[in-house]
Amino acid sequence: MISDVVVIGAGPAGLSAAVAAAEAGAKVVVIDENPRPGGKLLGQLHEEPGTGWWIGADVSKALAKRATDAGVQILTNRQVWNITPGWEVFLDNGETVCARYAVVATGAAERPIPLPGWSLPGVMAIGAAQTLTNYYRVRPGDRIAVVGVDPLSLTVAHELSMAGADVVGIYLAPRNVFSGTLSDPDRNLQYLAGMSELAPNAFLRWGGRLAANRAFRNLALTFYPKFGLPLMGTRLNLRKSIVAIGGNDRVQHVEIATVDKDGNPGKTRIVDVDCVCISGGLYPVQELTKGSEMAKIDELGGTVPLYSPEMETSQENLFVAGNVTGIEGAKISMAQGTLAGTVIGSRLGLIHNPEAVDTASAAVRAARKSSAITFMPDIEQGRQIADDLWTQLEQGKTVAQKDESFA
Amino acid sequence: MVALKRISEHPVLGPLASEEIEFEFDGKSYLGIKGDSIASALLANGVRTLRYSNRDGEPRGLYCGIGHCFECRMTVNGVPSVRACITQACDGDVLESQGEDRRENHDDF
Repeated sequence: MISDVVVIGAGPAGLSAAVAAAEAGAKVVVIDENPRPGGKLLGQLHEEPGTGWWIGADVSKALAKRATDAGVQILTNRQVWNITPGWEVFLDNGETVCARYAVVATGAAERPIPLPGWSLPGVMAIGAAQTLTNYYRVRPGDRIAVVGVDPLSLTVAHELSMAGADVVGIYLAPRNVFSGTLSDPDRNLQYLAGMSELAPNAFLRWGGRLAANRAFRNLALTFYPKFGLPLMGTRLNLRKSIVAIGGNDRVQHVEIATVDKDGNPGKTRIVDVDCVCISGGLYPVQELTKGSEMAKIDELGGTVPLYSPEMETSQENLFVAGNVTGIEGAKISMAQGTLAGTVIGSRLGLIHNPEAVDTASAAVRAARKSSAITFMPDIEQGRQIADDLWTQLEQGKTVAQKDESFA
Repeated sequence: MVALKRISEHPVLGPLASEEIEFEFDGKSYLGIKGDSIASALLANGVRTLRYSNRDGEPRGLYCGIGHCFECRMTVNGVPSVRACITQACDGDVLESQGEDRRENHDDF
């Protein structure tokens, strides 16, 4: 199959890139291994300040329709096995897609937090629970415990209780070799400070602002309510962690330990549940950008491809958009996708407006500014590190060229 | 009939799709809703165990939901190791779990 543009990933970033390029007149093929387009956007559901409910399934459907209306061919149920410069994309059914431009929009995956009993049926990643609940309309459990405190786990806990599940609480991860700072009460409270604008009740909002201060955090954790803080139909526990999951052939209970303000476990008790959702955070899925210059930037969620202000990697005509570049919200992914698609449309000579790329870049910055949820607390520093590395790379390239000419 | 864990009423989302599908898992017949993944259709019926682990024959179910962990793999219409979380359930599907329950008496914790 031959196309102008091949996009890998039919989530918000990939679809937006496809729409921008195809509406300019480019021939675009999008590939995704899921049965339908939308990616993790399909399961999103939250109320945004001022604009009402964000229903990911509806947004996905509208984006996919806009893409197909513009002539985009969306290949679902297809896995990409390899991609080689040129660009040639190899599919699991033996077919290949050749295109001058490629966009890798493979999104993110969840970091697990292994703990005793986590292989029992009924234990699942928080994102799996989200899609089941909001997209497939199936309750992951009737009594659910959530492990891991972050914007995603707080959001999904609320979605689960809206769907009629009894969410017994959100708890810290146990202290083990895998959990790192996820088990540390102080780190978690500090993290909550970064999302105080989103906090759904006044107490947490108040607490969130003050939590930026170390002395207050110490005080807050010392006197943190024994039964947690009420939060959107559940309880947020910063002084308790889930240390084990038990059951015969499925989840039947969890073992919850009280922890001191430094995270050391104390007394434990057993609570009956039939589902445990684990939230260990997200990392960029970047295997298909292989060959590009990469950097491990923890503030962005892990290892990411470096890319130009036009979303192009160090490999010519290979673009990236969305969470593969760092963990952010769907609206930012969409803006990044639109930017990549607009740049490609311009390079193909299909977009003649000289300001189109600048407008699309400005839209990414605007989406970041108005973002209601910040997944990574230090995302701005992460972006700066990535930008600086790109600049160095550009300078390095110049140096290398000079060296060659000198030789 | 609304299955065990199906969310038929939701305060924000619209009504459920109503077109039913029928499929078979390990010899038993189940109903799902058109558009279900295999994993969601089974969970709606209260089925959590999708396979048994290779080494110890322990039960395993849906974990990541995005096709990365392969914990939900099963045989779909004769094709082995298909990921139930990212495969759409279709009317008339014949599904089989892989592996067998080989657990000895074990403690809950």
